[in-house]
Amino acid sequence: MTAHLLTELTIFILAVFVGLEVISKVPTTLHTPLMSATNAIHGIVLVGAILVAGAADAPFAPVIGFVLVLLASLNVFGGYTVTERMLQMFRPRVQAPKPPADQP
Amino acid sequence: MPAADTTPASLVDIAYLITAICFIFGLRYLSSPKTARLGNRISAVGMLIAVVATLAQGIVNWWVIGSALAVGAAIGIISAQRVKMTAMPQMVAIFNGAGGGAAALVAAGELLKVYGANGTPTYDVSFTSMLSAVIGAISFAGSIIAFLKLQEVMTGRPITYPGQQVVNAAIALAILVCWGMVVANAPNAIDYFWVALGASFALGILFVLPIGGADMPVVISLLNSFTGVAAASTGFVLGNNVLIISGALVGASGTLLTVLMGKAMNRSVTNVLFGAFGAVKPAAAGAAAKTHNVRSVSADDVAAMLAYANEVIVVPGYGMAVAQAQHSIRELADQLEKKGIEVKYAIHPVAGRMPGHMNVLLAEANVPYTSLHDMDDINPEFERADVALVVGANDVTNPAAREDKDSPIYGMPILNVDKAHNVVVLKRSMASGFAGIDNPLYDDPKTVMLFGDAKKSIDGIVAGVKAL
Repeated sequence: MTAHLLTELTIFILAVFVGLEVISKVPTTLHTPLMSATNAIHGIVLVGAILVAGAADAPFAPVIGFVLVLLASLNVFGGYTVTERMLQMFRPRVQAPKPPADQP
Repeated sequence: MPAADTTPASLVDIAYLITAICFIFGLRYLSSPKTARLGNRISAVGMLIAVVATLAQGIVNWWVIGSALAVGAAIGIISAQRVKMTAMPQMVAIFNGAGGGAAALVAAGELLKVYGANGTPTYDVSFTSMLSAVIGAISFAGSIIAFLKLQEVMTGRPITYPGQQVVNAAIALAILVCWGMVVANAPNAIDYFWVALGASFALGILFVLPIGGADMPVVISLLNSFTGVAAASTGFVLGNNVLIISGALVGASGTLLTVLMGKAMNRSVTNVLFGAFGAVKPAAAGAAAKTHNVRSVSADDVAAMLAYANEVIVVPGYGMAVAQAQHSIRELADQLEKKGIEVKYAIHPVAGRMPGHMNVLLAEANVPYTSLHDMDDINPEFERADVALVVGANDVTNPAAREDKDSPIYGMPILNVDKAHNVVVLKRSMASGFAGIDNPLYDDPKTVMLFGDAKKSIDGIVAGVKAL
């Protein structure tokens, strides 16, 4: 193991603890949006996808590069859209009576 | 490849750091429904910064990357906007699989690059490439099977065959051997890499096959965590900190949820994954064949019961999702609240097919999140409730989990529905729940059953309440 990998491993472990700390505060009501939000975050692999598929010495045919970036892009855009859609549904109790023209 | 410490930080690395901070704040703001949307947007801005910074780094193959980005964005956004809320678990599974597949391909790309230049990868690179390829491929294939099961393209029942564990163990061993060969730089290491990738894909399929529909909350969380680890691992391969940090955050989140879901079923995660439930099933199903002495009532009877209650607790389960009954439930609650009756919702952690599934469906039907209560909050409340209305939930209400030491679900925390003064169970038929376990709740003298599709039953109750 190189010193470089050890540094990265340190970052990884610390990030795991940050993750556990932050996630444990998410209420059960929001567990589905949480899954979806973290799902979108691992779309960060798009960065890796662009770096590999976009390099001048790209190791594989453009078709595979295309599929690679496509998968990651699907993950990012789909993930954030779904999360946004879910979160906009969560509303506190509205005190005023519901206006009748509320529903389409 | 130790970095020279005196080189000034590049703008790209600074951008990545900002991205990591955005992700952490994004998750932090998910701790309240009030700030959650802001959190998601902060996280999205972080993603945008990272992608723009990466693109600005001097990329060739612009047309490949640009078109792939555009097509992926179009498919992702359109499908995410069109999907029904009840189909959310399978949508999340697909996006998760896409991320896993991408991580595996990134690792493959980096290894191929080294081999293509007739080079020998360092141990660090070969080990971490194998890690992201193996975990990414398992997540990709597993997510596809989870999608097919949730979409009901294939049966949601566990698929088992003799020697299943032996086959899986053999494949896992083959993967480990190939992994060792690649790291040891054996001749033709690249062939071992491909074998490992294929075997991981197969293992992903085979390990989700025996897991039944009701265990999907555990599987989905676990696959989410896998993709996180795979993404972090590509960070090690590429020496990219933002990938490492983000992957670690997701891995931690997925693992935490997996453990929570396991706890909510009183089963260890290994027990869920290695199909002990499937093995118990035939015996339990045999025991369930005993005759029931249940009281079946009409929708009007239930309407009268609810209309004269002071407090009603609704207990939704997967049956509500299947029947799309959440909007009708909301309408019923509106009618009852007009009469001054208090309506609360009791949500079991594993009700439905993914963590928090019921909360999202009820939120879709405009039920305020302040009325949704989790198990620990609501359990003491059942004693005071006049009616517990169980809509398509079964095993999570089964008192046998509390009382019958021989029951396969003994010890699983349940909603104490049987403590309510009256219990109304909406159910399609007398068929037993997913676990094939008898539910003594239905024989309880204070329980009445209303058979039929949950949505139609509730619409009938609403009509009855209005008529009173």
